[in-house]
Amino acid sequence: MKHFFKKDFSHKTKKISLCLVLVLSLSQVFSACGKTKNRDSHATPIKNNVNSITVLNYGKYMDEDVIKKFEKETGIHIKYEEYENPEEMYTKYKSGSIKYDVICTSEYMIQKLMSENELKKIDFKKLSNYNNIDSNVLELNQSYDSKNQYALPYFYGTLGILYDTKKVSKADVQSWNCLWNKKYNNEIIMENSVRDTFAAALKKLNYSINDTNPKHLNKALSILEKQKEHVYAYMVDETADEMVAGNAKIALCYSGEAATAMESKSSLAYTVPKEGSNVWVDSWFIPKTCKSKQNAIKFLDFLCRDDIATANFDYVYYASPIKSVVKKQPKDVLENEAVFPSKKTLENCEIFTMLNQKTTDYYSDLWMKLKAY
Amino acid sequence: MKNFKKQLLAGPYLMWMLGFIILPMLLIVYYAFFSNHKFTLSNVLAITSEVNFKAILLSLKVGILSTLICLLLSYPLALILKNIKFKNQNFIVFLFMLPMWMNFMLRILAWKILLSKNGILNTLLFNLNLPKIQILNTPSAIIFGMVYDYLPFMLLPIYNSMAHVKKDYIEAALDLGASRTRILFQIIIPLTMSGIVSGIVMVFVPTLTSFAISELLGGGKVLLIGNVIEHNFMQGMRWGIGSGLSFVLMVFVFISMILSSKFGEDEKGGTGVI
Repeated sequence: MKHFFKKDFSHKTKKISLCLVLVLSLSQVFSACGKTKNRDSHATPIKNNVNSITVLNYGKYMDEDVIKKFEKETGIHIKYEEYENPEEMYTKYKSGSIKYDVICTSEYMIQKLMSENELKKIDFKKLSNYNNIDSNVLELNQSYDSKNQYALPYFYGTLGILYDTKKVSKADVQSWNCLWNKKYNNEIIMENSVRDTFAAALKKLNYSINDTNPKHLNKALSILEKQKEHVYAYMVDETADEMVAGNAKIALCYSGEAATAMESKSSLAYTVPKEGSNVWVDSWFIPKTCKSKQNAIKFLDFLCRDDIATANFDYVYYASPIKSVVKKQPKDVLENEAVFPSKKTLENCEIFTMLNQKTTDYYSDLWMKLKAY
Repeated sequence: MKNFKKQLLAGPYLMWMLGFIILPMLLIVYYAFFSNHKFTLSNVLAITSEVNFKAILLSLKVGILSTLICLLLSYPLALILKNIKFKNQNFIVFLFMLPMWMNFMLRILAWKILLSKNGILNTLLFNLNLPKIQILNTPSAIIFGMVYDYLPFMLLPIYNSMAHVKKDYIEAALDLGASRTRILFQIIIPLTMSGIVSGIVMVFVPTLTSFAISELLGGGKVLLIGNVIEHNFMQGMRWGIGSGLSFVLMVFVFISMILSSKFGEDEKGGTGVI
């Protein structure tokens, strides 16, 4: 073997150096590409990153054309990043490897970051489209952002039950008990996230979804453990697909996700049980790492503009807090509980509040216990 | 001078090893044993908690079963491939390799759809008036997925070592009146032991540590140790415990490596004996 190498060495070096040259030249081509792209989107050549913002958002939560439009209109380049759940966002943000300028996430995670002093105040008077935001939704946000200084609502909705009207009676789904009904053995899909699944159990036991009493939480765990053998699967993004495919009859689900499923299968329906549930508001905030607050505010203002908000609403199909968008919707969309929650439902729902580190860890342990059960 | 040049060529690879293999490993060990810069064993001992212990037991069970099934499927297949009278044997091996060109997650997703309650397989069974099978979202489905994914990793090393078994040995044994089973157990299996061992390691290690397949085919109902680690890192923000559990898992991997290298050596000493 050694001999072979020696004999063949000069030949090999040639090959390897050829490869190296290729790699180097390729990398130069790529970096050149990057540069030209930058010049395309800006009128004058700029030093890197000055006129750009880094945006972090949920997956599939914004119309791609909106980003292109913003870049074209303002010349500000957007680096767009996505994540799947708030906990993942927290890890991504906290690890500090990327400096984000604006982030969209759920209210309880914003509260957590707020308590850690990670947020910058936003001067909402600078937003020309601020009047276009529904004051009712701003009020919901006041549960943690008492003066509406930090968070800008993006979409909102409820947690409820998506069911197949052909196989599940409407009377059953009026209460959370249906998720524990043995009739639906192996036909139930639960949420694969801690707080949502526990919210259903806590509500069934008539506790608040923000209950932190370990006794109550353990009670919730024990009924969830009993339920596990009847559960088809714990899912997040696949819930809608599975329900459309008819692999389950009943699912714990967000309103927006339910609306998407109902679009593809007319026999599906969505309801919020009478015991009440969770109302969520996903909002934008500016974190401490923001380098260009001015550009970030420009971006937020842009999102509240009528045509942009409409495009995003059509793409995401969750309840929009932008008044002019709501006005445009036909009656059947407005009355669709899966898209726009009714006033009566909202009165019955709570917003998730932040848990302290101890309770978060406790929840995490309970979740693992349930999964290992 | 030439020697120096040679070493220079290894430079990029050395940097790669340092930056992407050694350094992350050291970080894991650091996080596992230190919290707030103080030495602690609690992260590693987290494996003894009921949940984690259950998870690692299940992982071991799934890993061992998938490896065994892979072995039982691949060995006869390799034998058949070796003896087959076909113009181009490599073509058949190529057929087994072909699915590996596609991302393994995609293939697992495809299985998820095939196996689902109203999926293609069940529709077919239903039309044939046979009972439906419901293995999706159970440990069996995970073992199935792992066997499907890692079969080539078992087959290829075994086939390779099988191809190196000289026909002369077998013909000699036949001349001397050995039965076919005796040839198999006393000649072919000992000569292919190195392939078997490397196949076992190549299948056992990824099946033990996998978390993606269990998430997809387990429907979030089956908790393997990989899932616990993933949860601790990605959602619980508990890097210490995650690293501690990873460290324990690494120990298991090292044990299997050491065992395999021992077996490999035995085989070398034994080749000429028969």
